[in-house]
Amino acid sequence: MTFGVVVFPGSNCDHDCYDVLKRVFAQQVEFVWHKDTLLDGIDAVILPGGFSYGDYLRTGAIAQCSPIMGAVASFAERGGLVLGICNGFQILLEMGLLPGAMVRNTSLHFICRDVHIRIENSETPFTNRCETGQVLTIPIAHGEGNYFADDATLASLNAHRQVVFRYTSSQGELGSKSNPNGSCEHIAGICNRQRNVIGMMPHPERCADATLGNRDGQLLFASMIDALTARCV
Amino acid sequence: MSEVSITARVYITLKTGVVDPQGSAIEQALKSLGFDAIDGVRVGRTIEVDFVGRTKDEVAKDIFAMCERLLANPVIENYRVETIPSS
Repeated sequence: MTFGVVVFPGSNCDHDCYDVLKRVFAQQVEFVWHKDTLLDGIDAVILPGGFSYGDYLRTGAIAQCSPIMGAVASFAERGGLVLGICNGFQILLEMGLLPGAMVRNTSLHFICRDVHIRIENSETPFTNRCETGQVLTIPIAHGEGNYFADDATLASLNAHRQVVFRYTSSQGELGSKSNPNGSCEHIAGICNRQRNVIGMMPHPERCADATLGNRDGQLLFASMIDALTARCV
Repeated sequence: MSEVSITARVYITLKTGVVDPQGSAIEQALKSLGFDAIDGVRVGRTIEVDFVGRTKDEVAKDIFAMCERLLANPVIENYRVETIPSS
């Protein structure tokens, strides 16, 4: 199986994702340039973090117009696995592949530090190696990670178990102190109803190597590999 | 005869109920300057798009599609448009 990491002008976590998949997990992985229009031979797509198009207009807004995104939308429609990390999550929201929108962090600060997130749904291709309720430590690095959705959308997300991660304390408790950016209902990541498209603000690729002192992020990539392997059998 | 130019000016504002941390920070700053009769500040953006060789009706149709597809995010933002003949 082959992973495709989409590279936009301004992506800056593309090589981290590539390295984790290639070196840590020994997977086939290719960079996909944003001007490409095909995803032939790609089994899972990663939209990496960064500042695509300089965050002009709104974060992720311009990237949704890139030539490759038509292929990404079709790929998602066919059930292909799509993981959007940070700016990748913002792009998925702007494309409408996931509901809601991002606004500025309530503190107005760019926040770069470890946070704790609780697994709210382990029955997804991205979290099947986790237990529901398990708390992971994963870094965030964003200025616009304040997830917003109206009440009807939040109710629908909850009803369909689409909230995959929430910000919590290290003990898994919800609270304003452990919500770094002001996100509605402490949401750190969501998936679509079909469970094949996920967006998350924390960066699992930054904590997926023992050398970096934290391997919690490996659970996400290992889950994806398991899910893809099961599909191939 | 030169082609008619029309400028469409788009005013984009955050919907009621969407938190606006920038607006809140500006409100606090204004109050610290002594402007205490303030009951809220909201920050938006203005975008001007210059059209050439289009009728006013065509501009109205195009700018609406542009707002829906890219210029505004309907999840969090409202917009209104005014058109100005430029030359």
